[in-house]
Formats: sequence, C-alpha cells, structure tokens
Amino acid sequence: MKAKQVSVFLENKSGRLNEVAQILGQAGINISAFTVADTSDFGVLRLIVSDPEKAIAALKAKHFSARATDVVLAKSPNKPGALSRMLSILNNEGVFIEYLYAFTMDKDTAVIVIRPTDIEKCITKLGKHCDELLSDSGNYTI
Amino acid sequence: MIWNEKIECASRNEMDAIQSEALIKTVQRIYHNIPSYRTKMQEKGLVPGDIKSVEDLSKLPFTNKSDLRDGYPFGMFSVPMSEIVRVHASSGTTGKPTVVGYTRNDLQMWSEVVTRALCMAGVHKNDIVQVAYGYGLFTGGLGLHYGTENLGATVIPISGGNTKKQIQLMQDFGTSVIACTPSYALFLAEVMQDNGIDPESLDLRVGIFGAEPWSENMRREIESKLKLKAIDIYGLSEVVGPGVSCECEEQAGMHVNEDHFIPEIIDPETLEPVSKGEMGELVFSTVTKEGIPILRYRTRDLTRLVYDKCSCGRTLVRMEKCTGRSDDMLIIRGVNVFPSQIESVLLDMSETEPHYLLIVEREGTLDILKLLVEVQEQFFSDEIRELEALRKKITGNIQSTLGISVEVKLVEPKTIERTAGKAKRVIDNRKF
Repeated sequence: MKAKQVSVFLENKSGRLNEVAQILGQAGINISAFTVADTSDFGVLRLIVSDPEKAIAALKAKHFSARATDVVLAKSPNKPGALSRMLSILNNEGVFIEYLYAFTMDKDTAVIVIRPTDIEKCITKLGKHCDELLSDSGNYTI
Repeated sequence: MIWNEKIECASRNEMDAIQSEALIKTVQRIYHNIPSYRTKMQEKGLVPGDIKSVEDLSKLPFTNKSDLRDGYPFGMFSVPMSEIVRVHASSGTTGKPTVVGYTRNDLQMWSEVVTRALCMAGVHKNDIVQVAYGYGLFTGGLGLHYGTENLGATVIPISGGNTKKQIQLMQDFGTSVIACTPSYALFLAEVMQDNGIDPESLDLRVGIFGAEPWSENMRREIESKLKLKAIDIYGLSEVVGPGVSCECEEQAGMHVNEDHFIPEIIDPETLEPVSKGEMGELVFSTVTKEGIPILRYRTRDLTRLVYDKCSCGRTLVRMEKCTGRSDDMLIIRGVNVFPSQIESVLLDMSETEPHYLLIVEREGTLDILKLLVEVQEQFFSDEIRELEALRKKITGNIQSTLGISVEVKLVEPKTIERTAGKAKRVIDNRKF
C-alpha cells in the first residue's frame, strides 16, 4: 500500500525549518518522522505526518513548494538485525532505493520509510515477506 | 590632428545643409527599396517629398531593433546582394542575431569615421595600434582595424583574449595604442601587475575603449593603472559599428560623426523630441549608408547632446556618456542580454510563468550573472538529484541561448519581491 510523504523545498536559510514546524503545529498536524536532504544552497524536507493533504494545503498557503510523494511504510520489529533482513529482501528482489529513513512506533515496532525507484514492485515484493505495510491513514501515529 | 576639418569644424548652418541633402536622398532610397518602412511612412500619410530638410526628421517613423530582426537575415538591405561586400551581426541575442550589410562605399565611410575617431583620440600615423576587440561577426575588431589602416598607423590584429600574448606583443612591438573593452583593459592591468610588468616600461599612450558602459571612476582607474589616456568610443552595429562617435583629447563628450549619423534625443515615453540639451533616448538616422540605411533608429541608450563648439576646435555635436537604457537590456562581458531571453528559456522548460531574478555583479574586473529561480510546483521534485539536474539544465540552456555563463540558484517560492503584482527582474549591482 502506498503512503503519502510530504516533501518541502527549503533554501538553506536559518529559521525555515521552524516555520514549517509552526505551520504544521498550528494546523494541528502531528509529525511522526522527518529527514532533510541538503546541498550547499537548498534542501528537501521530507515528513511523515498525520494528515498529508492538510499539511500540504497549509504549507502552500504560506507559499512553500510542497508536494506529496509516494513512499512505502514498512513495519519492522524494533530489534537488532531487522533492518538488514528487510534490505536483504529488497536487494534479492532487485528493488532499488532512492532514499529511506526510519522511526519507531513503540518499544517493539519500527517503521521504515522507503522511496523506491519502482514503488509497485517494492510493494509486491515486500508484501510477500514483510509483517505489515502501512497506509497513510494515520494508524502509525503514536 | 583633425582628420576632416571641413566637416568636423563646419558651422551649424553648413552641417544642416549637408545633413538635409543626404537625408532627402536617403528617404527617397528607403521609401523605394524597403517595403516595411514604406508602409510605415504611408501609415503616417508621408511621401518622400514631405521631407525637405533635417528639420522634418521628426515627422518620420521610428525603426526598432525588432524591425531588423523581423527582416532576418537580409530583409532590411536596400541594395541587391551583389552590392553587399560584407555582413556583420550583433552579438547574438534572442535566437536570431540582427544582421547588417555593407557596400564597398559603406566600408569606406566606416573607415573614414573610425579614422576621424582615432584622430580625435590623439592617435597618429606613427602609432602602433593593438586591436584587442574580437574580430568576426562583431563589428569591434574589423571596425577599428580598417580605420587604423586608413589613418596609416600600424595595426596589430590580435583580436580578443590570449592576455599573456597581448602583453608580450605590447612589450616586443612597442604598442602605443590599445583598443579593447574597458573591463578587459582593467584585466590587462591586473595580469601585468601579477606578472611584475610595470606599465611605465611599455609605450602605451592611448586606450580606445568601448562596447560596454563604464564610468568616470573606471576611467581614472584604467588611466592610473595602465598609464595611458582612456578615450571612450561609441557605436552600434545597426548604425555602423564603432566610430559613430568618439571622445577627443578633451574627454568632454563624444563627437558624433553627424554628417553620416544624425542624432536626436527623444522622450522614450512620449516619443517626442526633447528640448535642446535635455536628457532622453538617443535616436540615429544614417544618411549616407547604402547597405542598410536606417531612419530614426531607437538605440535605447539614454544621454544628452551638447551643441557648443569644443575646445579641440571641432563643432561636431557631442553626446555625453550613456547613463542607462530605456529598455531593460544589460551588457554583460560585451554581450547584450535581455531579461526576456532568460524568461523564454525558463518558459520552454515549464508550462507556467516562471519567477526569476537576475543579479549582475562585478567581481574584480569580471561581470558575474546570477539567476535566482523560484522552485514552483512545476519544478519541484522530491529528489535532490533531480533538482541538481534541473539547475544544470537551466544553466546549460541559458548558456547556449545567451552565450554567457550564469550561476543558477534555486530559491523558495515568493522569495523574489513582487512590485504591483509584477516581479522585479533585474538587480544590477555593478558600479561603473
């Protein structure tokens, strides 16, 4: 199942990240995870939030370039070796990854956010082996 | 020395008579040979007989750069191609360059006016003139070249670039006059300094500088660094090339070769002539050219005309250094750049209106063009790799369109200031 990640274009200027956080906070949106990919001039902020559509609308209203990006949220046991197990599956099945990051849902459970080059293939292959793929309906919100 | 005293020191009445006679002939020729201009005259209800003297000049319709571009390549030529012996083209702009053609007589006239300009600058036949303007489609190199030969001085046709060699030839050949852009003159001075070459050890005496805007401050800097007299020369290929006007040794305005190119100053808003001595847009009518005679060409350069007799003895009207443009054209490293060209490159890459800002800076002696582009939705990819690829693509497309390099920076939406709904397109931080 595809999930929606919110991607935001940010210049490398002080205070910008906080502005995003403020906008989302005021809109009552919870951030479960985020990561920043950056270059010397700009960066891309990637967020997993409780309501992606609402988050994008709120950010656009404040003139941010924001869009939804399809990602796969794969549930994994929060224990040693679990990440390697998942990556081995993807590697063996020939699924290439653009980027990935992770967050923990609770003491026992982690969620891996995967942006594969081929999202359908990733879902099919991972679905065969993996515990559970999450949607963006918010069921991963702590 | 005054090359053509009869013309250059003529009384105002004499000059009026010379101009009137040539203007009447040119209007006839253009009316009969250039359909697009004939149509413009007809729309104003004008026939050639309505132009009886230079006083009637302001009745005539204007010619714009777009008229030359629309006629690409040879539509504005008023003689058969068999009469054209050379073409030049403007330093490439919006896709198509503007092409100009010269007959044998045109080239002779051009040499004459450049020779006059060199004499104004204090150059004489014993001088060794190093022409470091580009040779080729650009009019700078060949224009100065033939004027120098016509004067009888020695020309070193080295063309632009190759700075070490430029300096070596100055040392070995005893160059006394250098002709190049003012920014290149400063660059030469820098390279000399870096290599421990004292300009005093050279024979440089005069510099003929043009093709880009420069200030009195820059003049002082060049003069003190290169130990020469820096003379400003003006020209544009649509009129003839360098030599339309040039400063004399008084350095008090550029004498216009007005027996060939009649200058006017108009208000760029109302398009009406301004009162004598007032600032406005410079307009030229070429009244002796055969290949492309051109009436009331809007140069977009802002200046004023001074009709007093100069202390050098010449009566040719003087134009002051151009203080700006009535359009948004920028001259960067000698290349004409219109913000609209950048816009069309960006438009070609997306479907919606791009928001961008051009920033021009001078770092040392070099003009740097920076382009900020707002990352609107149509540009925004989640992947850094694609954003970097986008930046490279914009850089490449602009470079191949304009012929100059640009630093592209991607910025957030709405970072570029909007004034009355319209974005500000250019910030020019250069101090001339």
